[in-house]
Amino acid sequence: MYVIGERINGMFRSVARAIRERNADAIADLARRQVEAGAHVLDLNTGPTGEDPAGIMTWLVSVVQDAVDVPLCIDSPRPAVVAAGLKACRRPAIINSTTGAREKLDALLPLAAEHGAGIIALTIDERGIPRNAEARAEIALAILAATMEAGIPPERLYLDPIVLPVNAAQAQCKEALAAIGAFRHLCDPPPHIIVGLSNVSQGAPNRSLINRTYLAMCLAVGLDTAILDPLDEELMAVLRAANMLLDKEIYAEGLLG
Amino acid sequence: MAVERTKEKWPGRVFTVSIGATAGEGGTRGRVVTIGGHTALPFVSPDDPPANRPVIAMIVRDDKPRDWPETLARPLADVLGSPVEWAQKCVEEYGAEVVCLSLASTHPDRQDASPDQAAKTVRAVLDAVPVPLMVVGCGHHDKDNEVWPRITDAARGERCLMGIACQENYRTLVAACMADGHSLIAEAPIDINIQKQLNILVTEMGLPPERIVLHPGNASLGYGLEYEYSIMERIRLAGLQGDRMLAQPMLAILGEEVWKAKEARLPASQQPAWGDETYRGPAWEAATGMGFLVAGADLLAVLHPEAVLALRRAIDAAVTG
Repeated sequence: MYVIGERINGMFRSVARAIRERNADAIADLARRQVEAGAHVLDLNTGPTGEDPAGIMTWLVSVVQDAVDVPLCIDSPRPAVVAAGLKACRRPAIINSTTGAREKLDALLPLAAEHGAGIIALTIDERGIPRNAEARAEIALAILAATMEAGIPPERLYLDPIVLPVNAAQAQCKEALAAIGAFRHLCDPPPHIIVGLSNVSQGAPNRSLINRTYLAMCLAVGLDTAILDPLDEELMAVLRAANMLLDKEIYAEGLLG
Repeated sequence: MAVERTKEKWPGRVFTVSIGATAGEGGTRGRVVTIGGHTALPFVSPDDPPANRPVIAMIVRDDKPRDWPETLARPLADVLGSPVEWAQKCVEEYGAEVVCLSLASTHPDRQDASPDQAAKTVRAVLDAVPVPLMVVGCGHHDKDNEVWPRITDAARGERCLMGIACQENYRTLVAACMADGHSLIAEAPIDINIQKQLNILVTEMGLPPERIVLHPGNASLGYGLEYEYSIMERIRLAGLQGDRMLAQPMLAILGEEVWKAKEARLPASQQPAWGDETYRGPAWEAATGMGFLVAGADLLAVLHPEAVLALRRAIDAAVTG
């Protein structure tokens, strides 16, 4: 499974401070630690910032790609910030994220096509968050058609079934699981399927327990990419064990120590 | 209708391992041999930039072998018992790219040669031939642990390939290789899980993963070839899929394992239907080697000069398509 490290996000107070002070060492350190812990891709999010978010994104990209040699995931609701981030990337990146809403697709798909980027697509649209797996699959199909029309092959599409906090929308956790199963059959080869894992535990105590339990469940039904905290050692241990149980990684005692 | 050839794309890559060090690199070798580096299965992707081709090492023993069939002993008869002359013959006459020195004499049940004697032999062979050297101990754990630090020291800086580490006995060899700048052979007989576990243990001690060559066991045509073949194939696939603990080049040791087979040994006088043993014996060693090459072997250790020639022709043909 592909691990996208979530820690370089201005929503975290320490990251917000590092961004404010343009503390490149702190950002580079966070990048290196995530990659050492097993992240294959790093997500970059400037967080809510008043001043020049495009400039900050460009700065983050340049600091992180000087520190580590992994692809980046440009995470912003604003297409102009995404464009600035993509432009600064030395290798193909992933856009985080579009939805099924026409306006979003029109703004972001041309950027993905132009830069050879992957794109994460949340299965929501103008009507809001879908109630069940079937509604998610319907939006997913529309997104898939739009990306193919834009010349983006399924292997660059990351469909996100939308994970909601278990303390707020308990029944939706299993709907998202069912949607993962459905997404796998949309086309052959299937698109990537991704979740923003930490959403599931938003606002709950013992978040790590909820995250790692849900990760194992998602992997069993076909998840192949997740945005998560690679510095959570217990979570990464569950990932290794799950990969072995699903016959995706060759068993070795040392991986379970 | 034109058939489009599918090009394989794998996320992983086999590590590149270099054997031997030139004067500029702190050794005295005339050339360095590099194996591994693959981005695809063996011999199937002419589209990919060619990785390093498989290499043939010729086995040299430090003692006089017993019980060899005449077919095997004849071409080497004038050098058996003299590892230096044997190595020179392999390099000068048969064009060996690497010499694989077997320290069989150190085994307590054979001559029980001392670590100092073994170190002298290693140095003498290094001084006699310009090619890179691989050295394998006698397989007796306690004795190997006495011998290894002495021979790694005697070959310091030559970037040899030293072996053979196994799950029950690897610490001394790993430490010795790290101290003296050598690479290591890691063996797990026909067990991919233990092979991976051993790599985890070895790298946790600090030896980089690009200084390990895997030896997934011994086998011969008719005697376990298919088991080792399938393990080697799975190792290569796992490495190409991105498993760094199974992404090392692989070694297959032919030689005496093959020549134990009655099909390689018995003279035609005893088995008329099997035909001339002077052809059949080397063919058995070469056929075994060809099987391992197709499974993904990067380094073959071979005894019979005719088998070396046959395998070299086969590699040429497979590489050029």
